Amino acid sequence: MSFARLKQIAISDSGFIFNPLNGDMFQANSTGLFLLEQCKQQKSIEDILSAFVEEFDVEKIEAEKDFDLFLKQIAIYGIIEKKQE
Amino acid sequence: MKEICIAVTGINATENPGPGCGIIRSLRYSHDFKGRIVGLAYDAMDPGNFLRDHVDASYLIPYPSQGLEILLSSIKEIHRNDPIDVLIPSLDAELLNFIKIQDELARLGIHTFLPKEEGFKIRAKNSLADFCKENAIHVPVTHCINSLEDIYHLNMNYPLYIKGLFYDAYMVNSYIEASNAFGLLCARWGLPLLVQEYIRGEEFDIVALGDGTGETIGAVPMKKMSLTDKKKAWAGITVDNPALIEMTKKIIKALKWKGPLEVEIMADIESQKYYLIEINPRFPAWCFLAPGAGQNLPEALVKMALGKDVASFEEYQIGKLFVRYSCEVLADLKDIEQLVVKGKLVHKEPKGKKE
Repeated sequence: MSFARLKQIAISDSGFIFNPLNGDMFQANSTGLFLLEQCKQQKSIEDILSAFVEEFDVEKIEAEKDFDLFLKQIAIYGIIEKKQE
Repeated sequence: MKEICIAVTGINATENPGPGCGIIRSLRYSHDFKGRIVGLAYDAMDPGNFLRDHVDASYLIPYPSQGLEILLSSIKEIHRNDPIDVLIPSLDAELLNFIKIQDELARLGIHTFLPKEEGFKIRAKNSLADFCKENAIHVPVTHCINSLEDIYHLNMNYPLYIKGLFYDAYMVNSYIEASNAFGLLCARWGLPLLVQEYIRGEEFDIVALGDGTGETIGAVPMKKMSLTDKKKAWAGITVDNPALIEMTKKIIKALKWKGPLEVEIMADIESQKYYLIEINPRFPAWCFLAPGAGQNLPEALVKMALGKDVASFEEYQIGKLFVRYSCEVLADLKDIEQLVVKGKLVHKEPKGKKE
């Protein structure tokens, strides 16, 4: 996954997301917003997972599964790109 | 801007609105504009006739099919009583007539800002594919048809679009649906019709203004957010996609387009493929979004029609949203009577005329 496109995506503190490329709008919950902010900082998957585990006090294996699903979902929405940089 | 009088057509602000009211609203939106605006309507029941905050007066004009002489004589009559400085036609079906009488209008002191007849015809739906081929622009496969059997013989995959030459389009999923659409379009708009390949993707529309030398004065791209039954935009938002602006500039340059236009593009963002669907030779009904986003293109057109230099707009506000609404406008019987009997409804007399 490439997070480069996130530099162009407008994400507000409330979790409202606007993709200026195609006008799509989304609403992320607090967990989604946390992950998007981590991704936007172009952190590695490993670093994001560590932060996720620490912030939400979840098992790493559960965090991995949820984060993977989340990435697949936002890739479908065009917020991140499936291809590698 | 001095107090001038601008005449605008297409004030049929119905569920499928003409661009006139959007153009007028854009002009009124300008802090500099303090002039007079008159509506030119084809029907007494066009809602724009009764919008007193839009038009100072409204006049009925003959339908395009009645020919150039009758149109010119009608405009002359209006001009005698309510002198017009700039005329902005805004409906596809009337534009060729106005292009043909623009020199006559100029002699009367009525300025226009219209494309050349050649450019107007090149971008028409039935010759768009040739234009795109010459300019390396992707376009859906399109065929001109004169009978229902033509659809069968084309052997195209469904779904596909059946389109009228000027307006209306239906997406059809089978030959039976195609024959229904053929009947409806044929009865309403006549032949020929167009059959167009269906392109999967997201539709973007761009309102733009060309200066006639190939330069783009401004361009604002929009993504439709909600649609009417006829797939017309009921809400839209400005987007930031340089590829859309590039294609629009390419079209304006190739056609040396003079005047407003709406470019319809179908895009597959992931594969970065952009298909030109249509070039409409006028402002779209949603053109009020442009001044809202920082590019008052109707105002720029008026300035250029009057021979003033206008600098190109370089940017616009991204994420600016419009949402249309419907509203009942009240009018008195005497208003309808004025329109039906005298062909005009004057809310405010022009300067120099008694109330």
